[in-house]
Amino acid sequence: MANESGVLVVAEVAEGALAAISSEILGAARRLADELGQPVQAALLGQGVEPLAQGLVAAGADKVYVVDEPILAEYQSDAFVPAAEKVCREANPSIVLLGQTDIGRDLAPRLAFRLETAVAMDCLDLAISDSRLVMTRACYGGNANAQHTCNTMPQMATVRVKSQEPLAPDTSRQGEVSKVAADIDPSAVRTKITGRRKEEAEGIRLEDAEVIVGGGRGMGSTEAFQTLEELADLMKGAVGATRAACDMGWYPIPKQIGLTGKVVSPTLYIAVAISGASQHMAGLSGAKNIIAINKDPEAGIFRYCRYGIVGDWKTVVPPFLNKVRQLKAG
Amino acid sequence: MIHMICCVKQVPDPETPASQFKVDEATKKVLPVPGIDPVADEFAILGVEAALRIREAAGEAKITVLCLGPDAARDAVKKALAMGADEGIQLTDKAFEDGDSFATARALAAAIKKLEPFDLVLCGRQAPDWDVGVTPSVIAELLGLPCITVAREVKVSDGTLQVERVLLDGFETVEASLPAVVTVSNELGEPRYPQLRQIMAAAKKPVAVWSVADLGLDPSQVGVAGSLLSLDRLYVPVHEAKCEFIEGETMDEAAEKMAAKLREAKLI
Repeated sequence: MANESGVLVVAEVAEGALAAISSEILGAARRLADELGQPVQAALLGQGVEPLAQGLVAAGADKVYVVDEPILAEYQSDAFVPAAEKVCREANPSIVLLGQTDIGRDLAPRLAFRLETAVAMDCLDLAISDSRLVMTRACYGGNANAQHTCNTMPQMATVRVKSQEPLAPDTSRQGEVSKVAADIDPSAVRTKITGRRKEEAEGIRLEDAEVIVGGGRGMGSTEAFQTLEELADLMKGAVGATRAACDMGWYPIPKQIGLTGKVVSPTLYIAVAISGASQHMAGLSGAKNIIAINKDPEAGIFRYCRYGIVGDWKTVVPPFLNKVRQLKAG
Repeated sequence: MIHMICCVKQVPDPETPASQFKVDEATKKVLPVPGIDPVADEFAILGVEAALRIREAAGEAKITVLCLGPDAARDAVKKALAMGADEGIQLTDKAFEDGDSFATARALAAAIKKLEPFDLVLCGRQAPDWDVGVTPSVIAELLGLPCITVAREVKVSDGTLQVERVLLDGFETVEASLPAVVTVSNELGEPRYPQLRQIMAAAKKPVAVWSVADLGLDPSQVGVAGSLLSLDRLYVPVHEAKCEFIEGETMDEAAEKMAAKLREAKLI
Protein backbone atom coordinates (compact mmCIF):
# COMPACT_ATOMS: atom_id res chain seq x y z
CA MET A 1 0.00 0.00 0.00
CA ALA A 2 1.08 3.54 -0.52
CA ASN A 3 -0.25 7.05 0.23
CA GLU A 4 -0.61 6.21 3.90
CA SER A 5 -2.27 9.00 5.86
CA GLY A 6 -3.59 9.24 9.36
CA VAL A 7 -2.67 8.40 12.93
CA LEU A 8 -4.76 5.43 13.97
CA VAL A 9 -5.43 4.61 17.60
CA VAL A 10 -6.59 1.15 18.66
CA ALA A 11 -9.02 2.10 21.44
CA GLU A 12 -9.68 -0.04 24.49
CA VAL A 13 -12.92 -0.68 26.30
CA ALA A 14 -13.05 -1.73 29.93
CA GLU A 15 -16.30 -2.75 31.61
CA GLY A 16 -18.50 -1.08 29.03
CA ALA A 17 -16.69 2.26 28.96
CA LEU A 18 -13.70 3.66 27.10
CA ALA A 19 -10.52 2.89 29.02
CA ALA A 20 -8.46 5.89 30.17
CA ILE A 21 -5.57 4.80 27.95
CA SER A 22 -7.75 5.42 24.86
CA SER A 23 -7.98 9.16 25.60
CA GLU A 24 -4.30 9.30 26.50
CA ILE A 25 -3.26 7.83 23.14
CA LEU A 26 -5.77 10.00 21.31
CA GLY A 27 -4.15 13.04 22.93
CA ALA A 28 -0.79 11.97 21.52
CA ALA A 29 -2.33 11.03 18.17
CA ARG A 30 -3.97 14.46 17.82
CA ARG A 31 -0.66 16.22 18.45
CA LEU A 32 1.21 14.04 15.91
CA ALA A 33 -1.57 14.19 13.31
CA ASP A 34 -1.81 17.99 13.50
CA GLU A 35 1.92 18.22 12.97
CA LEU A 36 1.71 15.93 9.94
CA GLY A 37 -1.49 17.51 8.62
CA GLN A 38 -3.21 14.12 8.74
CA PRO A 39 -6.45 12.92 10.36
CA VAL A 40 -6.80 10.97 13.61
CA GLN A 41 -8.49 7.61 13.18
CA ALA A 42 -9.65 5.22 15.87
CA ALA A 43 -10.40 1.51 15.78
CA LEU A 44 -13.14 0.50 18.21
CA LEU A 45 -13.32 -3.27 18.55
CA GLY A 46 -15.71 -5.28 20.72
CA GLN A 47 -19.30 -6.29 21.23
CA GLY A 48 -21.93 -3.62 21.89
CA VAL A 49 -19.27 -0.93 21.65
CA GLU A 50 -20.75 1.23 18.87
CA PRO A 51 -22.35 3.72 21.32
CA LEU A 52 -18.83 4.54 22.58
CA ALA A 53 -17.69 5.85 19.18
CA GLN A 54 -18.76 9.43 19.95
CA GLY A 55 -16.60 9.37 23.05
CA LEU A 56 -13.57 8.76 20.84
CA VAL A 57 -14.56 11.70 18.63
CA ALA A 58 -14.85 13.88 21.74
CA ALA A 59 -11.38 12.74 22.79
CA GLY A 60 -9.82 13.74 19.46
CA ALA A 61 -10.69 11.26 16.68
CA ASP A 62 -11.82 12.46 13.24
CA LYS A 63 -13.01 9.08 12.10
CA VAL A 64 -13.93 5.99 14.09
CA TYR A 65 -13.93 2.53 12.53
CA VAL A 66 -16.22 0.28 14.54
CA VAL A 67 -16.06 -3.49 14.45
CA ASP A 68 -18.95 -4.56 16.67
CA GLU A 69 -19.31 -8.33 16.67
CA PRO A 70 -20.07 -11.07 19.21
CA ILE A 71 -16.74 -12.80 18.49
CA LEU A 72 -15.05 -9.72 19.97
CA ALA A 73 -16.96 -9.89 23.26
CA GLU A 74 -13.79 -10.78 25.17
CA TYR A 75 -10.23 -10.00 24.17
CA GLN A 76 -8.64 -12.94 22.38
CA SER A 77 -5.72 -12.23 20.11
CA ASP A 78 -6.88 -14.61 17.37
CA ALA A 79 -10.08 -12.55 16.96
CA PHE A 80 -8.73 -9.07 17.66
CA VAL A 81 -5.66 -9.36 15.43
CA PRO A 82 -7.66 -9.89 12.18
CA ALA A 83 -10.26 -7.28 13.23
CA ALA A 84 -7.56 -4.67 13.84
CA GLU A 85 -5.79 -5.70 10.65
CA LYS A 86 -8.96 -5.19 8.63
CA VAL A 87 -9.43 -1.68 10.01
CA CYS A 88 -5.78 -0.79 9.39
CA ARG A 89 -5.99 -1.96 5.79
CA GLU A 90 -9.13 0.07 5.23
CA ALA A 91 -7.88 3.23 6.99
CA ASN A 92 -4.33 2.95 5.58
CA PRO A 93 -2.69 5.08 8.32
CA SER A 94 0.94 6.16 8.43
CA ILE A 95 1.06 5.61 12.21
CA VAL A 96 -0.71 3.06 14.44
CA LEU A 97 -0.73 3.52 18.22
CA LEU A 98 -1.84 1.14 20.96
CA GLY A 99 -1.61 1.18 24.75
CA GLN A 100 1.03 -0.83 26.62
CA THR A 101 -1.70 -2.75 28.42
CA ASP A 102 -2.73 -6.40 28.74
CA ILE A 103 -4.36 -6.05 25.33
CA GLY A 104 -1.82 -3.83 23.59
CA ARG A 105 1.22 -5.87 24.53
CA ASP A 106 -0.45 -9.03 23.22
CA LEU A 107 -2.03 -7.52 20.11
CA ALA A 108 0.62 -5.12 18.81
CA PRO A 109 3.39 -7.60 17.86
CA ARG A 110 1.03 -9.81 15.87
CA LEU A 111 -0.75 -6.88 14.23
CA ALA A 112 2.63 -5.46 13.21
CA PHE A 113 3.63 -8.79 11.70
CA ARG A 114 0.39 -9.00 9.68
CA LEU A 115 0.88 -5.45 8.41
CA GLU A 116 4.46 -6.34 7.44
CA THR A 117 5.91 -3.70 9.71
CA ALA A 118 7.58 -3.43 13.12
CA VAL A 119 6.43 -2.02 16.45
CA ALA A 120 8.29 -0.17 19.21
CA MET A 121 6.84 -1.30 22.53
CA ASP A 122 6.15 0.74 25.66
CA CYS A 123 7.09 4.16 24.27
CA LEU A 124 7.44 7.11 26.63
CA ASP A 125 7.68 9.77 23.97
CA LEU A 126 6.58 10.14 20.36
CA ALA A 127 7.72 12.95 18.10
CA ILE A 128 7.81 13.82 14.41
CA SER A 129 11.11 14.54 12.71
CA ASP A 130 11.33 14.90 8.90
CA SER A 131 7.77 13.56 8.69
CA ARG A 132 8.84 10.36 10.42
CA LEU A 133 7.81 9.06 13.81
CA VAL A 134 10.62 9.06 16.37
CA MET A 135 9.79 6.59 19.14
CA THR A 136 11.57 6.83 22.50
CA ARG A 137 11.33 3.93 24.90
CA ALA A 138 13.06 2.76 28.04
CA CYS A 139 15.13 -0.42 27.98
CA TYR A 140 17.53 -2.31 30.23
CA GLY A 141 14.97 -2.08 33.00
CA GLY A 142 14.84 1.71 32.65
CA ASN A 143 18.61 2.17 32.83
CA ALA A 144 18.74 3.32 29.21
CA ASN A 145 16.50 4.96 26.65
CA ALA A 146 16.41 3.93 23.00
CA GLN A 147 15.19 5.99 20.08
CA HIS A 148 13.81 4.19 17.07
CA THR A 149 12.42 4.93 13.66
CA CYS A 150 10.76 2.39 11.44
CA ASN A 151 11.57 1.89 7.78
CA THR A 152 8.21 0.37 6.88
CA MET A 153 4.63 1.65 6.95
CA PRO A 154 2.64 1.96 9.09
CA GLN A 155 4.97 3.07 11.87
CA MET A 156 3.71 1.39 15.02
CA ALA A 157 4.14 1.98 18.74
CA THR A 158 2.58 0.97 22.01
CA VAL A 159 2.43 3.80 24.52
CA ARG A 160 3.08 3.55 28.25
CA VAL A 161 0.04 4.14 30.42
CA LYS A 162 -0.13 7.68 31.86
CA SER A 163 2.74 8.92 29.69
CA GLN A 164 0.52 11.02 27.39
CA GLU A 165 -1.86 13.89 28.16
CA PRO A 166 -5.46 13.40 27.03
CA LEU A 167 -7.35 16.33 25.51
CA ALA A 168 -10.22 17.82 27.47
CA PRO A 169 -13.27 15.94 26.10
CA ASP A 170 -15.19 18.11 23.64
CA THR A 171 -18.65 16.73 22.96
CA SER A 172 -19.21 19.32 20.22
CA ARG A 173 -16.42 17.84 18.06
CA GLN A 174 -17.64 16.32 14.83
CA GLY A 175 -16.40 13.02 13.49
CA GLU A 176 -17.38 10.26 11.15
CA VAL A 177 -18.30 6.78 12.38
CA SER A 178 -17.85 3.92 9.96
CA LYS A 179 -18.86 0.31 10.56
CA VAL A 180 -16.50 -2.38 9.35
CA ALA A 181 -17.41 -6.06 9.04
CA ALA A 182 -14.48 -8.16 10.18
CA ASP A 183 -15.78 -11.49 8.82
CA ILE A 184 -13.71 -13.45 11.31
CA ASP A 185 -13.91 -17.18 10.86
CA PRO A 186 -14.71 -18.57 14.35
CA SER A 187 -12.50 -21.58 13.64
CA ALA A 188 -9.54 -19.19 13.29
CA VAL A 189 -9.82 -18.50 17.03
CA ARG A 190 -7.63 -21.25 18.39
CA THR A 191 -7.81 -20.31 22.06
CA LYS A 192 -10.72 -20.60 24.46
CA ILE A 193 -11.07 -18.58 27.64
CA THR A 194 -12.28 -20.99 30.31
CA GLY A 195 -12.15 -18.69 33.30
CA ARG A 196 -11.41 -15.18 34.40
CA ARG A 197 -11.06 -14.01 37.93
CA LYS A 198 -10.76 -10.43 38.96
CA GLU A 199 -8.71 -9.77 42.04
CA GLU A 200 -11.01 -7.32 43.76
CA ALA A 201 -9.14 -4.32 44.98
CA GLU A 202 -10.35 -3.07 48.34
CA GLY A 203 -10.52 0.67 48.73
CA ILE A 204 -8.79 3.00 46.33
CA ARG A 205 -7.35 1.60 43.10
CA LEU A 206 -3.60 2.06 42.69
CA GLU A 207 -4.14 3.70 39.31
CA ASP A 208 -6.39 6.36 40.85
CA ALA A 209 -4.61 6.92 44.17
CA GLU A 210 -3.21 10.37 44.98
CA VAL A 211 -1.02 8.87 47.71
CA ILE A 212 0.67 5.51 47.43
CA VAL A 213 2.79 3.77 50.04
CA GLY A 214 5.06 1.21 48.38
CA GLY A 215 6.89 -1.62 50.10
CA GLY A 216 9.94 -3.48 48.84
CA ARG A 217 12.26 -6.37 49.54
CA GLY A 218 13.31 -4.83 52.85
CA MET A 219 9.81 -5.21 54.32
CA GLY A 220 10.50 -8.83 55.18
CA SER A 221 6.99 -10.20 55.67
CA THR A 222 3.30 -10.04 54.85
CA GLU A 223 2.60 -8.64 58.34
CA ALA A 224 4.95 -5.74 57.70
CA PHE A 225 2.65 -4.58 54.92
CA GLN A 226 -0.16 -4.06 57.47
CA THR A 227 1.78 -1.10 58.85
CA LEU A 228 1.92 0.35 55.34
CA GLU A 229 -1.82 -0.20 54.94
CA GLU A 230 -2.45 1.66 58.16
CA LEU A 231 -0.37 4.57 56.87
CA ALA A 232 -2.10 4.53 53.47
CA ASP A 233 -5.56 4.46 55.08
CA LEU A 234 -4.68 7.49 57.12
CA MET A 235 -3.86 9.42 53.95
CA LYS A 236 -6.74 7.94 51.91
CA GLY A 237 -4.15 6.27 49.74
CA ALA A 238 -3.30 2.82 48.50
CA VAL A 239 -0.49 0.34 49.04
CA GLY A 240 1.66 -1.06 46.26
CA ALA A 241 4.68 -3.33 46.18
CA THR A 242 7.78 -4.07 44.17
CA ARG A 243 8.11 -7.19 42.06
CA ALA A 244 10.50 -8.64 44.64
CA ALA A 245 7.92 -8.24 47.42
CA CYS A 246 5.15 -9.78 45.25
CA ASP A 247 7.41 -12.66 44.20
CA MET A 248 8.05 -13.37 47.89
CA GLY A 249 4.29 -13.63 48.34
CA TRP A 250 4.11 -10.73 50.81
CA TYR A 251 1.59 -8.74 48.78
CA PRO A 252 -0.93 -9.63 46.01
CA ILE A 253 0.36 -9.78 42.44
CA PRO A 254 -2.11 -7.15 41.11
CA LYS A 255 -0.54 -4.63 43.52
CA GLN A 256 2.82 -4.79 41.77
CA ILE A 257 4.14 -1.45 40.53
CA GLY A 258 6.75 -1.52 37.79
CA LEU A 259 7.70 -2.55 34.31
CA THR A 260 5.75 -5.81 34.47
CA GLY A 261 3.10 -4.47 36.83
CA LYS A 262 1.09 -1.28 37.11
CA VAL A 263 2.03 2.23 36.13
CA VAL A 264 0.86 4.76 38.73
CA SER A 265 0.84 8.54 38.97
CA PRO A 266 0.28 9.61 42.57
CA THR A 267 0.99 13.10 43.87
CA LEU A 268 2.96 11.48 46.68
CA TYR A 269 4.77 8.14 46.64
CA ILE A 270 6.25 6.93 49.90
CA ALA A 271 8.86 4.27 49.13
CA VAL A 272 9.50 2.07 52.12
CA ALA A 273 12.45 -0.36 52.09
CA ILE A 274 12.63 -0.09 48.31
CA SER A 275 16.05 -0.11 46.66
CA GLY A 276 14.86 1.75 43.59
CA ALA A 277 15.60 -0.84 40.90
CA SER A 278 14.90 0.66 37.51
CA GLN A 279 12.29 -1.98 36.80
CA HIS A 280 10.22 -0.68 39.76
CA MET A 281 10.84 2.98 38.92
CA ALA A 282 9.44 2.31 35.41
CA GLY A 283 6.00 2.12 37.06
CA LEU A 284 6.51 5.47 38.78
CA SER A 285 7.30 7.66 35.82
CA GLY A 286 4.10 9.59 36.56
CA ALA A 287 4.68 10.07 40.30
CA LYS A 288 4.99 13.76 41.17
CA ASN A 289 6.75 13.56 44.54
CA ILE A 290 8.72 10.60 45.82
CA ILE A 291 10.00 10.25 49.35
CA ALA A 292 11.92 7.26 50.65
CA ILE A 293 12.84 5.47 53.82
CA ASN A 294 15.75 3.10 53.36
CA LYS A 295 18.57 1.99 55.61
CA ASP A 296 21.10 2.09 52.76
CA PRO A 297 22.24 5.68 52.09
CA GLU A 298 23.50 4.50 48.68
CA ALA A 299 20.13 3.05 47.64
CA GLY A 300 19.19 4.07 44.09
CA ILE A 301 15.76 5.22 45.25
CA PHE A 302 17.26 8.40 46.71
CA ARG A 303 18.22 9.51 43.20
CA TYR A 304 14.51 9.96 42.48
CA CYS A 305 13.52 11.50 45.81
CA ARG A 306 12.47 14.89 47.08
CA TYR A 307 12.96 13.88 50.71
CA GLY A 308 14.64 10.86 52.22
CA ILE A 309 15.36 9.31 55.58
CA VAL A 310 18.22 6.87 56.03
CA GLY A 311 17.05 4.34 58.57
CA ASP A 312 15.32 1.05 59.23
CA TRP A 313 11.66 1.41 58.26
CA LYS A 314 10.66 -0.31 61.51
CA THR A 315 12.03 2.61 63.49
CA VAL A 316 10.87 5.33 61.09
CA VAL A 317 7.39 4.39 59.90
CA PRO A 318 5.65 4.13 63.33
CA PRO A 319 6.63 7.64 64.53
CA PHE A 320 5.95 8.99 61.03
CA LEU A 321 2.50 7.44 61.15
CA ASN A 322 1.81 8.95 64.56
CA LYS A 323 2.87 12.40 63.43
CA VAL A 324 0.74 12.19 60.29
CA ARG A 325 -2.22 11.14 62.43
CA GLN A 326 -1.62 14.08 64.73
CA LEU A 327 -1.34 16.54 61.82
CA LYS A 328 -4.47 15.16 60.21
CA ALA A 329 -6.37 15.47 63.48
CA GLY A 330 -5.14 19.01 64.01
CA MET B 1 6.26 -38.20 24.08
CA ILE B 2 5.80 -34.46 23.86
CA HIS B 3 8.62 -32.27 22.67
CA MET B 4 9.05 -28.81 24.16
CA ILE B 5 11.41 -26.15 22.87
CA CYS B 6 12.53 -23.46 25.30
CA CYS B 7 14.02 -20.26 23.90
CA VAL B 8 16.60 -18.72 26.22
CA LYS B 9 18.79 -15.66 26.02
CA GLN B 10 21.95 -14.33 27.65
CA VAL B 11 21.58 -10.74 28.90
CA PRO B 12 23.57 -8.18 30.91
CA ASP B 13 22.77 -8.76 34.60
CA PRO B 14 19.55 -6.79 35.26
CA GLU B 15 20.70 -6.35 38.86
CA THR B 16 23.59 -4.19 37.64
CA PRO B 17 23.47 -1.06 39.83
CA ALA B 18 22.24 1.93 37.82
CA SER B 19 25.37 3.84 38.87
CA GLN B 20 27.55 1.31 37.02
CA PHE B 21 25.36 0.96 33.96
CA LYS B 22 26.92 2.69 30.94
CA VAL B 23 26.37 2.78 27.21
CA ASP B 24 28.62 3.75 24.33
CA GLU B 25 26.47 6.23 22.46
CA ALA B 26 28.66 6.05 19.35
CA THR B 27 28.20 2.32 18.81
CA LYS B 28 24.79 2.28 20.55
CA LYS B 29 25.86 -0.61 22.76
CA VAL B 30 25.75 -1.35 26.47
CA LEU B 31 29.24 -1.53 27.92
CA PRO B 32 30.15 -4.64 29.91
CA VAL B 33 30.63 -3.92 33.62
CA PRO B 34 33.87 -5.36 35.01
CA GLY B 35 33.11 -8.04 37.57
CA ILE B 36 29.44 -8.39 36.61
CA ASP B 37 28.92 -11.32 34.24
CA PRO B 38 25.99 -11.63 31.87
CA VAL B 39 23.23 -13.95 33.05
CA ALA B 40 20.49 -16.06 31.52
CA ASP B 41 17.24 -14.13 31.06
CA GLU B 42 15.25 -14.97 34.19
CA PHE B 43 11.89 -15.04 32.39
CA ALA B 44 13.27 -17.49 29.80
CA ILE B 45 14.66 -19.66 32.59
CA LEU B 46 11.14 -19.77 34.02
CA GLY B 47 10.07 -21.10 30.60
CA VAL B 48 12.52 -23.96 31.19
CA GLU B 49 11.08 -24.42 34.69
CA ALA B 50 7.55 -24.60 33.20
CA ALA B 51 8.73 -27.26 30.74
CA LEU B 52 10.30 -29.31 33.54
CA ARG B 53 7.07 -29.16 35.56
CA ILE B 54 5.12 -30.37 32.51
CA ARG B 55 7.60 -33.23 32.06
CA GLU B 56 7.27 -34.21 35.72
CA ALA B 57 3.48 -34.27 35.44
CA ALA B 58 3.58 -36.27 32.19
CA GLY B 59 6.27 -38.71 33.29
CA GLU B 60 8.31 -38.16 30.17
CA ALA B 61 8.98 -35.44 27.61
CA LYS B 62 11.83 -34.13 25.54
CA ILE B 63 13.08 -30.61 26.23
CA THR B 64 15.28 -28.82 23.72
CA VAL B 65 16.80 -25.48 24.63
CA LEU B 66 17.33 -22.97 21.85
CA CYS B 67 19.48 -19.87 22.14
CA LEU B 68 20.46 -17.18 19.68
CA GLY B 69 23.65 -15.41 20.63
CA PRO B 70 27.43 -15.37 20.47
CA ASP B 71 29.68 -18.15 21.84
CA ALA B 72 29.47 -16.64 25.32
CA ALA B 73 25.71 -17.22 25.35
CA ARG B 74 26.55 -20.91 25.82
CA ASP B 75 26.25 -20.28 29.58
CA ALA B 76 22.51 -19.72 29.23
CA VAL B 77 22.17 -23.03 27.35
CA LYS B 78 24.27 -24.80 29.98
CA LYS B 79 22.10 -23.41 32.76
CA ALA B 80 18.96 -24.79 31.10
CA LEU B 81 20.67 -28.15 30.54
CA ALA B 82 21.77 -28.26 34.18
CA MET B 83 18.19 -27.59 35.24
CA GLY B 84 17.16 -30.67 33.27
CA ALA B 85 16.71 -29.87 29.56
CA ASP B 86 17.90 -32.68 27.27
CA GLU B 87 19.81 -30.98 24.51
CA GLY B 88 20.83 -27.57 23.29
CA ILE B 89 20.88 -25.73 20.00
CA GLN B 90 22.82 -22.54 19.70
CA LEU B 91 22.31 -20.15 16.81
CA THR B 92 25.64 -18.42 16.39
CA ASP B 93 26.57 -16.44 13.33
CA LYS B 94 27.85 -12.92 12.81
CA ALA B 95 24.81 -12.40 10.57
CA PHE B 96 22.39 -12.90 13.51
CA GLU B 97 23.83 -9.99 15.50
CA ASP B 98 21.98 -6.79 16.38
CA GLY B 99 18.69 -7.97 14.94
CA ASP B 100 15.38 -6.46 16.04
CA SER B 101 12.65 -8.70 17.48
CA PHE B 102 11.36 -9.49 13.99
CA ALA B 103 14.73 -10.58 12.56
CA THR B 104 15.47 -12.60 15.71
CA ALA B 105 12.07 -14.30 15.54
CA ARG B 106 12.73 -15.25 11.91
CA ALA B 107 15.92 -17.08 12.90
CA LEU B 108 14.34 -18.76 15.94
CA ALA B 109 11.25 -19.81 13.96
CA ALA B 110 13.43 -21.38 11.26
CA ALA B 111 15.34 -23.33 13.91
CA ILE B 112 12.10 -24.45 15.59
CA LYS B 113 10.80 -25.63 12.22
CA LYS B 114 13.98 -27.65 11.79
CA LEU B 115 13.33 -29.27 15.18
CA GLU B 116 9.90 -30.57 14.13
CA PRO B 117 7.93 -32.38 15.39
CA PHE B 118 7.35 -30.27 18.50
CA ASP B 119 4.34 -29.57 20.71
CA LEU B 120 5.11 -26.48 22.72
CA VAL B 121 7.44 -23.50 22.45
CA LEU B 122 8.15 -21.72 25.75
CA CYS B 123 9.68 -18.24 25.94
CA GLY B 124 10.10 -15.57 28.60
CA ARG B 125 7.50 -12.78 28.55
CA GLN B 126 10.18 -10.22 27.64
CA ALA B 127 13.94 -10.25 27.95
CA PRO B 128 15.35 -7.86 30.56
CA ASP B 129 17.74 -6.24 28.08
CA TRP B 130 15.47 -4.59 25.53
CA ASP B 131 12.26 -5.16 27.60
CA VAL B 132 10.23 -5.64 24.43
CA GLY B 133 8.24 -8.90 24.41
CA VAL B 134 7.64 -9.10 20.67
CA THR B 135 9.79 -12.07 19.58
CA PRO B 136 7.55 -14.91 20.89
CA SER B 137 4.41 -13.53 19.21
CA VAL B 138 6.25 -13.19 15.90
CA ILE B 139 7.62 -16.74 16.21
CA ALA B 140 4.00 -17.87 16.61
CA GLU B 141 2.91 -15.86 13.58
CA LEU B 142 5.75 -17.25 11.45
CA LEU B 143 4.87 -20.81 12.47
CA GLY B 144 1.11 -20.24 12.18
CA LEU B 145 0.54 -21.10 15.84
CA PRO B 146 -1.51 -19.56 18.64
CA CYS B 147 0.45 -17.53 21.18
CA ILE B 148 -0.60 -17.27 24.82
CA THR B 149 1.28 -14.57 26.65
CA VAL B 150 2.23 -13.81 30.27
CA ALA B 151 1.57 -17.17 31.89
CA ARG B 152 1.95 -18.08 35.53
CA GLU B 153 0.93 -21.70 35.10
CA VAL B 154 1.26 -23.97 32.07
CA LYS B 155 -0.22 -27.48 31.96
CA VAL B 156 -0.67 -30.09 29.26
CA SER B 157 -3.26 -32.81 29.63
CA ASP B 158 -4.51 -35.15 26.89
CA GLY B 159 -2.93 -33.01 24.22
CA THR B 160 -4.66 -29.86 25.47
CA LEU B 161 -2.78 -26.86 26.72
CA GLN B 162 -4.10 -25.04 29.78
CA VAL B 163 -2.55 -21.73 30.66
CA GLU B 164 -3.26 -19.31 33.49
CA ARG B 165 -2.42 -15.80 32.32
CA VAL B 166 -1.60 -12.84 34.56
CA LEU B 167 -3.73 -9.78 33.85
CA LEU B 168 -3.33 -6.35 35.41
CA ASP B 169 -6.32 -6.92 37.68
CA GLY B 170 -6.52 -10.68 37.96
CA PHE B 171 -6.04 -13.94 36.13
CA GLU B 172 -7.46 -15.69 33.09
CA THR B 173 -7.39 -19.36 32.10
CA VAL B 174 -7.04 -20.18 28.43
CA GLU B 175 -7.11 -23.49 26.59
CA ALA B 176 -5.66 -24.30 23.20
CA SER B 177 -4.64 -27.36 21.29
CA LEU B 178 -1.00 -28.10 20.60
CA PRO B 179 1.32 -27.04 19.13
CA ALA B 180 1.39 -23.53 20.56
CA VAL B 181 3.71 -20.79 21.83
CA VAL B 182 3.50 -19.67 25.47
CA THR B 183 5.35 -16.84 27.21
CA VAL B 184 6.06 -17.13 30.92
CA SER B 185 6.09 -14.44 33.62
CA ASN B 186 7.82 -14.25 37.02
CA GLU B 187 4.56 -15.19 38.77
CA LEU B 188 5.31 -18.82 37.80
CA GLY B 189 7.50 -18.92 40.91
CA GLU B 190 11.10 -19.75 41.65
CA PRO B 191 13.01 -21.83 39.11
CA ARG B 192 14.89 -24.85 40.43
CA TYR B 193 18.52 -24.48 41.31
CA PRO B 194 20.75 -27.08 39.63
CA GLN B 195 22.83 -29.32 41.91
CA LEU B 196 26.54 -29.78 41.29
CA ARG B 197 25.87 -33.29 39.95
CA GLN B 198 23.43 -31.85 37.39
CA ILE B 199 25.88 -29.14 36.37
CA MET B 200 28.50 -31.85 35.74
CA ALA B 201 26.00 -33.94 33.78
CA ALA B 202 25.01 -30.90 31.70
CA ALA B 203 28.57 -30.64 30.41
CA LYS B 204 28.05 -33.98 28.65
CA LYS B 205 24.72 -33.07 27.03
CA PRO B 206 24.89 -32.30 23.30
CA VAL B 207 24.84 -28.68 22.09
CA ALA B 208 24.68 -28.18 18.33
CA VAL B 209 25.69 -24.88 16.77
CA TRP B 210 23.71 -23.74 13.74
CA SER B 211 24.58 -20.94 11.35
CA VAL B 212 22.37 -18.92 9.00
CA ALA B 213 23.11 -21.43 6.24
CA ASP B 214 22.05 -24.33 8.49
CA LEU B 215 18.64 -22.68 8.83
CA GLY B 216 18.28 -22.24 5.07
CA LEU B 217 18.03 -18.47 5.52
CA ASP B 218 19.78 -15.72 3.63
CA PRO B 219 21.96 -13.39 5.76
CA SER B 220 19.81 -10.47 4.53
CA GLN B 221 16.80 -11.94 6.38
CA VAL B 222 18.32 -11.92 9.85
CA GLY B 223 20.31 -9.69 12.21
CA VAL B 224 20.63 -6.01 11.52
CA ALA B 225 20.12 -6.55 7.76
CA GLY B 226 16.74 -8.22 8.33
CA SER B 227 15.51 -5.64 10.85
CA LEU B 228 12.65 -3.21 10.29
CA LEU B 229 13.15 -1.10 13.39
CA SER B 230 16.24 1.05 13.36
CA LEU B 231 18.01 1.98 16.58
CA ASP B 232 18.97 5.62 16.11
CA ARG B 233 20.11 6.47 19.60
CA LEU B 234 20.87 4.73 22.91
CA TYR B 235 21.56 6.82 26.01
CA VAL B 236 21.32 6.85 29.77
CA PRO B 237 18.54 9.17 30.94
CA VAL B 238 19.46 11.71 33.59
CA HIS B 239 17.52 11.73 36.86
CA GLU B 240 17.64 14.96 38.73
CA ALA B 241 18.83 13.91 42.14
CA LYS B 242 17.99 16.61 44.63
CA CYS B 243 17.10 14.47 47.59
CA GLU B 244 16.97 16.39 50.84
CA PHE B 245 18.00 13.96 53.57
CA ILE B 246 16.09 14.53 56.75
CA GLU B 247 17.97 13.81 59.92
CA GLY B 248 17.33 14.05 63.62
CA GLU B 249 18.77 13.15 67.02
CA THR B 250 16.54 10.12 66.94
CA MET B 251 14.61 8.32 64.24
CA ASP B 252 11.41 9.59 65.87
CA GLU B 253 12.58 13.14 65.38
CA ALA B 254 13.56 12.55 61.74
CA ALA B 255 10.22 10.88 61.05
CA GLU B 256 8.30 13.75 62.64
CA LYS B 257 10.30 16.30 60.67
CA MET B 258 9.51 14.41 57.49
CA ALA B 259 5.76 14.46 58.24
CA ALA B 260 5.97 18.20 58.97
CA LYS B 261 7.83 18.81 55.69
CA LEU B 262 5.13 17.01 53.76
CA ARG B 263 2.48 19.01 55.54
CA GLU B 264 4.31 22.22 54.67
CA ALA B 265 4.45 21.15 51.01
CA LYS B 266 0.69 20.35 51.23
CA LEU B 267 1.38 16.77 50.25
CA ILE B 268 -0.54 15.39 53.23
